Amino acid sequence: MPAMLLREVEYARPTSVEQALSLLREHDGARALAGGQTLINVMKARAASPDVLVDLNGIAQLRGIDLDPDGTLRIGPMTTYTELIRSVEARARPILGEVCAQIADVQVRNRGTIGGNVCSSDPTNHLPPLMVAVGAEMTIASADGERTVPAADFFLGVYMTAVGPGELVTRISIPPGRHDGFASIPIGKDGTCIVNAAASANGDLRVALGCVGAVPEVVQPPSAEPDVVREAVRAAALDPPSDVHASAAYRRHLAEVVAARAVQQASERARD
Amino acid sequence: MEGSSAPPAVEASKTITVEINGTSYEREVEARRLLVHLIRDDLDLTGTHVGCDTGNCGACSVILDGTLVKSCMLLAVQADGASIETVEGLAEEDQLTELQQAFSDHHALQCGYCTPGMLMSATALLRENPRPSDDEIARAIQGNICRCTGYWNIFKAIKAASGQEVEA
Repeated sequence: MPAMLLREVEYARPTSVEQALSLLREHDGARALAGGQTLINVMKARAASPDVLVDLNGIAQLRGIDLDPDGTLRIGPMTTYTELIRSVEARARPILGEVCAQIADVQVRNRGTIGGNVCSSDPTNHLPPLMVAVGAEMTIASADGERTVPAADFFLGVYMTAVGPGELVTRISIPPGRHDGFASIPIGKDGTCIVNAAASANGDLRVALGCVGAVPEVVQPPSAEPDVVREAVRAAALDPPSDVHASAAYRRHLAEVVAARAVQQASERARD
Repeated sequence: MEGSSAPPAVEASKTITVEINGTSYEREVEARRLLVHLIRDDLDLTGTHVGCDTGNCGACSVILDGTLVKSCMLLAVQADGASIETVEGLAEEDQLTELQQAFSDHHALQCGYCTPGMLMSATALLRENPRPSDDEIARAIQGNICRCTGYWNIFKAIKAASGQEVEA
């Protein structure tokens, strides 16, 4: 008996967004397969059991990075972390490549995608807080057309986003800005985060904390002073989970620390 | 236009063609089959190892269309039409690659279980970056776990294979 880890599943590889949308619409239990670096694993554990996988890897229009004249980045959701790290265009918002370079390892970065990262809405992922801090917008397509959802409204819960049945993220737009920071306490270098924070000091100071709730928690400290940032995080009355890596109380402490570090990095860049 | 055409049918199994180390294989595979199981069980190329089944250990690393991937985190049907390199494709006959010889010279393996994945990761690194820094070497094998060597001898072997001097 050959090794067989996954439950039976059907598969299709569309070549256009329209085809993907119609497959997702027509099949109950259909799920989009992006880089697969999360989904294939949770399917092995039977934590997810889609009936149909709609593989997005054959859709050229979901890849690529464009830089608009006003500095806005338009990123195809099937763009891999490695492509973001290497992209000349993506350097318009340097924090993107910097954070992607901290995700997992070479193999995962070569397959894993920005769209998969945000759509899986795993609270320990790097990109949900980053997308919220930089003010990204997700374009979601369905048979009825397109709508745009700000990152702050995109993440709805653990593994839940604003993307509904029969819908697909087709673009992630990121406004210009260079004064950003990111800090995390991972389990081993570039490992899963215990707590992370992304900060943006382009205009008003905004911090988004990850791993402390179902969705990124936004804090807007009145100044970049470390004590002020820490006080603002305390005032947010976070209710993080306890697990084998950190108690809730320790996570609350770390949230203050990484928030202050991320803000410090962002504000130093704002001074340069 | 592709966009206006009907979507492809959903299939529980599919006939695919993959080229592995220069040989073309055609097989019918179930959609749920992982690439690593096609390689090992269907094609009997057992150099590629399964260490963890959870995408952590890197023993199943192969080079797919020039890109290093873990073959346990890909469906076999996704590799349809792809060109794959596995550890069996590195040496020419009995002639080890410089990297493989360096692994031998620097005792970069003990039990050998992680070695195929390590060799594929290091091969991918040296193709893109023929003279990597110490940090670049360390980061290149971050996705490959070795429980025997403590990594130092692997690190030295990769550095030596890149033509840089290493301590004995």
